[in-house]
Amino acid sequence: MKKFMLIIVVIFLATNSFAQSDKYIAAMKSNIAAIDTSYKNPANLLTLANNFERIATAEKNQWLAYYYAALCQVNYTYMEQDKSKVDAIADKATALINKADSLQPNNSEISCIKSMIASAHMMVNPMQRYMEYGPESASNIEAAMQQDPTNPRPELLKGEGLKYTPEQFGGGCATAKPVLQSSLDKFNNFKPASEIHPNWGKHRVEKLLGECK
Amino acid sequence: MKRVLVLVMLLSSLGSKAQTRISGKILDTKGKPLGGVSITLKNTYDGSTTDSLGNFSFTTTEKGKQVVEASIIGYRPFEEEVSLTSSALTLSISLKELVTELKAVVISAGAFVASDKNKGAVLNAIDIVTTPSANGDVTSAFKTLPGTQQVGESEGLFVRGGSATESKIYMDGNLVNNFFYSSTPGIATRGRFNPFLFKGTVFSSGGYSALYGQALSSALILESKDLPDRTEADLAISVIGLGGGIQHLAKNKKSSWGISYNYTNLWLAFKFNKYKQDFYEIPAYHQGDANFRIKTKTGGIIKYYGYISANKTGFRNPDIDSAVLKDAFAIENLNTYQNINWKDNLGNGWRIITGISYSTNKDDILNELEDANNQKQVITNPSFYAFKNFTLNNRAQYAQARVVLEKKMNGLNTLRFGSDYFYSNERSTYTLYDGSKFSETVKDNMESVFAEADIYLTNSLAAKVGSRLEHSDVISKWNIAPRLSVAYKFADNSQASFAYGLFYQNPERKYLPTTASLDYSRAAHYILQYQKLSSQHTFRIEAFYKKYSDLYKTSVNITGRETAVNNNGFGDAKGVEIFWRDKKTFKNVDYWISYSYLDTKRDFLNYPQAITPSFAANHTAALVVKKFVLPWKTGFNLSYNFATGRPYYRIAYDNTQSKYVISDAGKTINYNSMSFSINYLPNLGKTNPKVFTVWVLGINNVLGQNQVFNYNYSNDGNRKVAITPPSKRFIFIGCFLSFGIDRTQDAINNNL
Repeated sequence: MKKFMLIIVVIFLATNSFAQSDKYIAAMKSNIAAIDTSYKNPANLLTLANNFERIATAEKNQWLAYYYAALCQVNYTYMEQDKSKVDAIADKATALINKADSLQPNNSEISCIKSMIASAHMMVNPMQRYMEYGPESASNIEAAMQQDPTNPRPELLKGEGLKYTPEQFGGGCATAKPVLQSSLDKFNNFKPASEIHPNWGKHRVEKLLGECK
Repeated sequence: MKRVLVLVMLLSSLGSKAQTRISGKILDTKGKPLGGVSITLKNTYDGSTTDSLGNFSFTTTEKGKQVVEASIIGYRPFEEEVSLTSSALTLSISLKELVTELKAVVISAGAFVASDKNKGAVLNAIDIVTTPSANGDVTSAFKTLPGTQQVGESEGLFVRGGSATESKIYMDGNLVNNFFYSSTPGIATRGRFNPFLFKGTVFSSGGYSALYGQALSSALILESKDLPDRTEADLAISVIGLGGGIQHLAKNKKSSWGISYNYTNLWLAFKFNKYKQDFYEIPAYHQGDANFRIKTKTGGIIKYYGYISANKTGFRNPDIDSAVLKDAFAIENLNTYQNINWKDNLGNGWRIITGISYSTNKDDILNELEDANNQKQVITNPSFYAFKNFTLNNRAQYAQARVVLEKKMNGLNTLRFGSDYFYSNERSTYTLYDGSKFSETVKDNMESVFAEADIYLTNSLAAKVGSRLEHSDVISKWNIAPRLSVAYKFADNSQASFAYGLFYQNPERKYLPTTASLDYSRAAHYILQYQKLSSQHTFRIEAFYKKYSDLYKTSVNITGRETAVNNNGFGDAKGVEIFWRDKKTFKNVDYWISYSYLDTKRDFLNYPQAITPSFAANHTAALVVKKFVLPWKTGFNLSYNFATGRPYYRIAYDNTQSKYVISDAGKTINYNSMSFSINYLPNLGKTNPKVFTVWVLGINNVLGQNQVFNYNYSNDGNRKVAITPPSKRFIFIGCFLSFGIDRTQDAINNNL
């Protein structure tokens, strides 16, 4: 009977802890799924950023939760119309991604976010800030490519940057296209490490390529 | 029995999944709903984000004592312990706005900030070099802002009725003596320092901080750059000389060093431009500098800057008193400047900003009366001719030590206090035509202590309150200078500011030593400002009143030298200034307009009564227009400076009345000058270009408009000669190359 008790207790504890992990995966999955539908609505993006941050803070050692929180915050900056608010939001994203970075150093996906944050700062006043944030954004993309050459996202970011750079500055569709194409090729072969690992951007690259025909 | 226990356990585990609803509303302290606030049950997944009406609602299965957190950027985070039972909980939360740099009012009365980072900056660093009338000279760019005079006959900033000596220039907190190349009669000299050395500049046309003193009118505060972005070599070739330098950034990006050398020779420029003076010694300048910068572990930085320059020039003007003779003037100058400073975080919100500077200056001036064949002439009858032959040798050493401690309190509230010590030793030897020498040394030790507090009551109301206590050996008295600025931000983000301050200053070196017992000269500033800033527009209007008292009066002493004799001088200045900058109305065009009205009178030096000084025009205006044409990779810049005529006087000693009198007076013609420059950047937009080139073509006074700055009088007062610019136009052509050493690869390697 004692044995039976022990088994019951073990099962009870195990189901509870499995439940904990299931709960994490489930919460992440439902929030990640919501990202795709929230691009048009900044308020939802902020809600998701907060959700991810809540998960991250409760879990403490899940880099992906911090990663998605930072991703949502930085995407939120791109939608913020009031440029004077962007720096503070981008700083918030930096704080989150730095936590992800300390849990998962030298990660290609994290370098992508860092590049996006630098671009967000730059877009506040491109003429004045290009010298400071341009190289920071570029070097993080380069780092992301080296950290994981199969990751399609660094090239998506690079191609997107090139596409929106004036031709006189060495941008435009002509230079962007091969980079975006290479990104798409990588997307076609890309398998995320798990169902909650980053797997966004394919639609974006297809859309950009479509605009460059 | 045991089974029952298991059942109980399972039930309790299920039972705990019963949900509690938590809902409520979040407002700011003014009762306005806050959207986007994250509300969280601490250390759980449970929470919500408020909608635009500040409402939130979520459910949780947690029980017992829990903590509810609410947070949003720009507000103080909120925490409250709650006890969760299964009954619904309603919370009403009020969040207090943090006073942040982004939102807070900027204390701006009297100050123009030129910076890339600073909020409230009126200009950015590149504006200083792309303002055509400035010719790449740091201070000249500020002559397109309100409050400054278009004085062309001598260097320096003449601000709001003040003379150039009433404006002081600071680099990283330390006073820079001899900021300009040594004066030459009738020709304004340039500032010594390259504008690219500085990342930020604050030009205060009055009411400046208690951290600075000894300037009755204005402080120009320059902040040198931190670490460079990358290792780079530069080369400059122009009609006025050659220069090159290197800036090396360490691989770990924690330190850098740099050196540069420039040789300036106006030989080629003289071939292009016709000069009024006969230059027998073509101006030539050697200039070298070195720097290092080290980032400390605690987020601070140590910066060193050292500079040495040697230059000489000599020119002849027709002698004003005679038809055939000439006046020859030559100067040789050697100047060194070193500045090391350290800024660091001491923990607990404390910061230290400290620095030491040391500089030396050596001027050897020769003045000669010459005949038509450029041979020296000594004429003793009439005797004033004889005094046209002299040499003047000046030797000066200056040292400064300064420490400022800063404590950040909550929010932006900051307390700053510190002390500086300034030592100067200036010796001049005057040798007359007959070889008789007059040698004099003036030494001074000046100590000051100062304290200042930035007080932010809310994001819309802030004050800067400070005071400065100074003691100079020359005066051997203490002075106390209170300073106050208050700023209030309106709902539409425009703001109003007020500034008040007392400012003290010692007599100029050239009127010392003296046997008279002197006090400090003094100015009180009252400034009212209204400003409206957006990212595309800047509008500001400022009114000021400045009261001068205890200004120095001078008199000729027994050896024929003009020295300070008492503090009986006085004066005032009042005016209104407007600044408008617009980057939006015209596509790709950025322009600014400034207008200053000034009404000033003073009695100082040898003035017989209170008069409008010859360096003050009633109306001054400037227009600067910049357009960058992207497809051409070319920037076009135009500036137009205007000022109404300035008064001029012949002030002479009348022996019968035994006092100074004005024997002649008038007003110069209006000042008009249009300057134009083109910058061509052929490598713009190339990814990782090996060389980045900037071509510059600049023309000053394009239209060749006549400019008269003042008049010189002959000894008998019967003849006057206009002081005009040395050449009608000045054409500058230059090419600046920078060879970047791309460190992207290093950055990647460091990240791997």
